[in-house]
Amino acid sequence: MRAAANDFQQDFYQLFGLSAQYRLDNELLDRRYHTLQAQVHPDKFAHLSEAERRVSMQWATRINEAYQTLNNPAKRARYLLSLRGADTRQESNTSMPAEFLVAQMEWREAIQEAVEARNSGELDKLESRLQHETGALQEQLAAKIDAEHDYETAAEIVRKLKFFERLAEEIGSAFDAIDI
Amino acid sequence: MALLQISEPGLSTAPHEHRLAVGIDLGTTNSLVATVRNGIGVVLNDSNGRALLPSVVRYFADGGVQVGETAQAMQSEDPSNTIVSVKRFMGRGLNDVGDISGTPYRFVDAPSPIATSRGSGQAPGMVQLRTAAGVKSPVEVSSEILKVLRARAGEALGGELVGAVITVPAYFDDAQRQATKDAARLAGINVLRLLNEPTAAAIAYGLDNAVEGVYAVYDLGGGTFDISILKLSKGVFEVLATNGNSALGGDDFDHRIYCWLLEKNGLSALGASDTRRLLTRARAAKEELTEHDETRVTAILQSGEAIESVLSQQDFHAMSQNLVERTLQPVRRALRDAGLSVADIKGVVMVGGATRMPQVQRAVAEFFHQTPLTNLDPDKVVALGAAIQANVLAGNRSSDDWLLLDVIPLSLGIETMGGLAEKIIPRNSTIPTARAQDFTTFKDGQTAMSVHVVQGEREMVSDCRSLARFELRGIPPMVAGAARIRITFQVDADGLLNVSAREQGSGTEAHITVKPSYGLSDDEIARMLQESSRHAQGDMQARALREQQVEANQLLDAVQNALDLDGAALLDEAGQARIRAGMDGLRAVLQTGDIHAVKRAITQLNDATVAFAQARMDKSVSRALGGRKLTDLEV
Repeated sequence: MRAAANDFQQDFYQLFGLSAQYRLDNELLDRRYHTLQAQVHPDKFAHLSEAERRVSMQWATRINEAYQTLNNPAKRARYLLSLRGADTRQESNTSMPAEFLVAQMEWREAIQEAVEARNSGELDKLESRLQHETGALQEQLAAKIDAEHDYETAAEIVRKLKFFERLAEEIGSAFDAIDI
Repeated sequence: MALLQISEPGLSTAPHEHRLAVGIDLGTTNSLVATVRNGIGVVLNDSNGRALLPSVVRYFADGGVQVGETAQAMQSEDPSNTIVSVKRFMGRGLNDVGDISGTPYRFVDAPSPIATSRGSGQAPGMVQLRTAAGVKSPVEVSSEILKVLRARAGEALGGELVGAVITVPAYFDDAQRQATKDAARLAGINVLRLLNEPTAAAIAYGLDNAVEGVYAVYDLGGGTFDISILKLSKGVFEVLATNGNSALGGDDFDHRIYCWLLEKNGLSALGASDTRRLLTRARAAKEELTEHDETRVTAILQSGEAIESVLSQQDFHAMSQNLVERTLQPVRRALRDAGLSVADIKGVVMVGGATRMPQVQRAVAEFFHQTPLTNLDPDKVVALGAAIQANVLAGNRSSDDWLLLDVIPLSLGIETMGGLAEKIIPRNSTIPTARAQDFTTFKDGQTAMSVHVVQGEREMVSDCRSLARFELRGIPPMVAGAARIRITFQVDADGLLNVSAREQGSGTEAHITVKPSYGLSDDEIARMLQESSRHAQGDMQARALREQQVEANQLLDAVQNALDLDGAALLDEAGQARIRAGMDGLRAVLQTGDIHAVKRAITQLNDATVAFAQARMDKSVSRALGGRKLTDLEV
């Protein structure tokens, strides 16, 4: 058996044939994702041997994981930083600037108030404001990682993004709570 | 012997024998089977020219079974032995079934004993039904429907079925999916794939109309509601989000009319027979009101009392308005999960008989600001899509191949301290998907641990659906916190969860005992198979052997094709020889009639080809991007 199993060792960027940077062409990512899945997806192997079906599922699973990682801004940044040897210390480092934490509390209160008032219009507004601020953070990330190679600051922005993701989830639950 | 097509995706294939495969829509109210003939999807009719098989099963005291129209005709006369809408009970416990007063069945709560870390307890177990022929699980009842469709397909196609794609509501949880697959297994059907109903409809619709863009599929069936948001682009069907309610459908509209009839006529506490009679009248009234402004409902009860009421379309719409509204909440959630708004939706495809109701069409049109698409028969579109996909999965590949990317509808999680559910695979993750999670021991010398897997979006485990409990045994004794047990949760392309565990330090596979909360164990399936074949033991064995021989021949062809294509390039002499030895071993036992020897040889050959399969996949992955890099360069 010749050693041919290199591809499973590739990182997600290599797998998709993309250069390892934060800013990426989403359309190209989607195209590559579809091209790869078209090769490995279990639907292409349903009539073949069990060995081929098993390998197909492993590959399709890996390509889905790679796509989900690269397609999500916070996950992509965290992954890229870990490739560069910079740890975002997601679990251990919870210290955030005080004003950021205060802003978080204000967000939560605003969401809570909108739920109590059953005001979905207000939730819409909060959601688009959050999307706007998330976009701004992503711009900062691209600058810090791709241009300035300032991974320390980038890691802090990733932690902020994580907070924003949680807020987005809370707004989703808030919509659900109003919409019974 | 069937010739297998060459397995290289994307390459044109040599002419080969058409392999028979079907799509089955196992519906709450009606079931259908369809296939692809001369490149076109067709629904297979019974000998009387009927496409829809009513999903009704009647049991007799002598063990006999009737399925379809004949059973349906007797549902009022023999209500407790005639099971309708059994799909509502698949993978469900008694406490999930809800209001049982409207059903004429004799339910049997079937808790299954389980062992937990806190001692032994009971899992809720799938509900069962007491009939004249004994206690039946919904899986067995469904398998009777599937057997009839399988026989219909066999007669129409005149050959051995390679397998079937069976559709399930997109919002079915793991227990309901597993129950469906078990029913197929009981019916002797090789399941090529469980396919989500709205996705099947999208395939039939999308290929037929060659559409591009984001579409919503609104699927209101007899007992289930699904909404799926799909992106269709250049041969890719990508589900962005799905939502629904697996206990909401046309039956509920019937029930509203039924309750209205009771109230209007001052009736209460009807017997099983009258209940079924009025529910049947209610359904007829509902269908009548699709075309007419009002309908007259008449019935003669067992007491001899005649009832007669007139129901207007307006009143029916008023009494069912909140049912229609309840479908819009999942629609809003699916849109939000997909990150889209109504304006992004290019078209809305209507699926399921219940979408014929004008108030449903109006509500959907109002919500999406556009007229929904109803140009494909809402009763048949799911079976047709399933047949088209089955044709591809069986290896009858057409040149205009497509890719289907579907999702898991509900988050998977595990129970953590304080009865909280921790999500490990979020809803709307594209399948197949996997997630590994590390666990450790909390006591010195601990050699076992229990993991509770749940499905749902709520925070508390008690509000989620219990899927299974896993007992891990054989952990090497260590100090507390030293063991590192990695549990891998893998969701396959059917949307079904598989779990495996490994102790990281010692590398020993921890032994897992899976106790599905609502499913059937392998032992129970084996018992049911045995029971259903008690009268035909010889037949069963002959069939099982034939199935193994067919599988063996398919495997031999597939491996031979792979060797011809890539053997010399990817394997050294020894590697090729090992695989050839495995093939020779299988050929040697093929005609001996020893089913166990055939099974063993199949497993050995499969194991011998894993590395080869991996190498072939590596090659096709590299080539997929490699071939494009010149024309598709990044800026």
